[in-house]
Amino acid sequence: MTVLIDADTRIVVQGITGHQGTVHTRQMKLFGSKVVAGVTPGKGGTTVEETPVYDSVQEAVDRKQANASCIFVPAPFAKDALIEAVDAGIRLSVVVTEHIPFHDMLVMYHYARARGARIIGPNCPGIAAPGAPSKVGIIPNVVFRPGRIGVISRSGTLTYEIVNGIREIGLGQSTCIGLGGDPVVGTSFVDGLELFEKDPDTDLVVMVGEIGGTAEEDAADYIRHHFTKPVVAYIAGRAAPPDKRMGHAGAIITRGRGTAQSKQTALEGAGVRVGRFPYEMPQLVADVLKEKARR
Amino acid sequence: MVKLAEWRGKEIFRKYGIALPEGHVARSAEEATSLVSQGKVPLPCVIKAQVLAGGRGKGGAVRFASNAEEVRAAAAAILGLEFKGEKVKEILLEGKVAIDRELYVSLTLDRTLRLPILLTSAKGGVEIESVPDEQILRQPIHPFAGLAQYEKRRAAAFLGLTGGPAKSLGPLLDSLWAAFNGEDAELVEINPLAVVGDRVIALDAKVVIEDDATFRHPEYAEVRDDRTPLEEVAREKEIAFVQLDGNIGVIANGAGLTMATLDVLMQFGGRPGVFLDLGGTDDPAKVAEAFLLMAKAKPTAVFLNIFGGVTRCDTVAKGLVNAMEKLPAQDRFPLVARIRGNNENEGVEILRAAGITSIPDLKASAEATVRAAAARAAAAQGRTA
Repeated sequence: MTVLIDADTRIVVQGITGHQGTVHTRQMKLFGSKVVAGVTPGKGGTTVEETPVYDSVQEAVDRKQANASCIFVPAPFAKDALIEAVDAGIRLSVVVTEHIPFHDMLVMYHYARARGARIIGPNCPGIAAPGAPSKVGIIPNVVFRPGRIGVISRSGTLTYEIVNGIREIGLGQSTCIGLGGDPVVGTSFVDGLELFEKDPDTDLVVMVGEIGGTAEEDAADYIRHHFTKPVVAYIAGRAAPPDKRMGHAGAIITRGRGTAQSKQTALEGAGVRVGRFPYEMPQLVADVLKEKARR
Repeated sequence: MVKLAEWRGKEIFRKYGIALPEGHVARSAEEATSLVSQGKVPLPCVIKAQVLAGGRGKGGAVRFASNAEEVRAAAAAILGLEFKGEKVKEILLEGKVAIDRELYVSLTLDRTLRLPILLTSAKGGVEIESVPDEQILRQPIHPFAGLAQYEKRRAAAFLGLTGGPAKSLGPLLDSLWAAFNGEDAELVEINPLAVVGDRVIALDAKVVIEDDATFRHPEYAEVRDDRTPLEEVAREKEIAFVQLDGNIGVIANGAGLTMATLDVLMQFGGRPGVFLDLGGTDDPAKVAEAFLLMAKAKPTAVFLNIFGGVTRCDTVAKGLVNAMEKLPAQDRFPLVARIRGNNENEGVEILRAAGITSIPDLKASAEATVRAAAARAAAAQGRTA
């Protein structure tokens, strides 16, 4: 089993005729995902990567039974794209687009929630379940191997780095969720942990956090009270100075809050093993799995 | 993050109907004096440095004057200041008001709740971080519902306001909510919010506009002053570029990997000076531009750490080799490369042909960078000695 996506996930790519939309439609298909349709208003009737393009998400749902969307449309139009997907009955949208104003994202998040839909992202690499196989988003296909480790991350390339390291020592992933680096995200660490707690095919969760906000502290609180599986974490940004935005809109230490140290302390307080550097992570995962087996 | 100076924040407040003291901006002591002599600013008045750092009152950046001569002297003194590293170029002159009480109110984002949050406190005039939690009222506001009447009444009651001041708080909060949304603000803060007679007025204004919303607000493009000139050039080229205090340049892709790279360098005693996040690109020309930009920051050594996904290793390698060929000899820097992921073998081969070895291990490559920087710094010292 996997979380959120499986072999029956039928993807519609919103913004499929753009460069990124086209490239990643191909990559998703190579991974084994069922990309059943694309949407670009005004380009209906064409095809991209042998995928039919429609003018609206509703058509993609009606004709191809799409049940998840992957959004690549530019930031000024992302809110509209998400609302269209939710209104068409899509219940999972991965928003890859970056630089969406958080005021827009607040509307997107609460709109989706009110209609029972989930957003992953924005500014995220998406989600992949190598065993299904299915992938919605842009995570490189090569880093994965089917397995029993769940991954939740605020980062993109750093996730690839760490997942790849885990693959290289012979372990694999059940599902990997890239939450995105923005201040407001549709799916948080706590949301991801809730999903993995219920997944019988996930033995351990790797969390990749970074400075800014209190999402890792909130996760620590959740783990302490509700999470029964082992968690291993890495927090990027130990060396980051305060008040500098470190590339991600959400990665900033403001008013002394959101430091790597406070996150590490909170997580360790909840029994989470925290690696200091990315290259320590694969061994840490292997060690914790071994301890778990002995218990 | 576009942090606005107080006077710009107050211009926004005025636009949304928030009560303020009469005030004007001056850029010289002469201009300040004439504002007073023409009666545009009433006496006695307060003169405030227009800098972004807090703690102006204690730092001598806010002064009072009761006649034209005092205005000239105070204006000249403040305009000569360098306040927490920022040169004072503008001052705000406002008529002094008789303050009965100083309060605090702000709207910002609560990332955990994923809701805007209204903060009120009776402890105004001090930094909100120093106020104990139980003395701050936090009310999350749902974006679909907006500010409800009861939330405004609750704020007034928490602040201990009655009569006229209580009545004037409601419309002020409505205006603040409208400004927060209408200007795509990350923060709108009034500290202090003063009780003056039978109403509340904003004595200070702190407004931070969200970077990502500037496409809706082109008027803020010119006012941002928290970037260095090189950071500004990088922004135009859509490259995330941040200048820090050290001497080692870092080029990576993705914010998390970039931060992790800085962490590893620091571990081995390196001091990152500039970091440049290529983001996702498959254009060698953009990679080359990023390298030329890095050269302008004059790093002692550069660490290239790429994990190829959207950005392919061969693209980065091509861009890098092109840029290095264009760089004049005196601008070149020792380079340590680590490229992994998508099209890794092709990228490594391109680098090898140009005489650059990619070190696949993160720890080893970071150590090599720190060594290269130290060796070059030592050589430079040898030359000057």
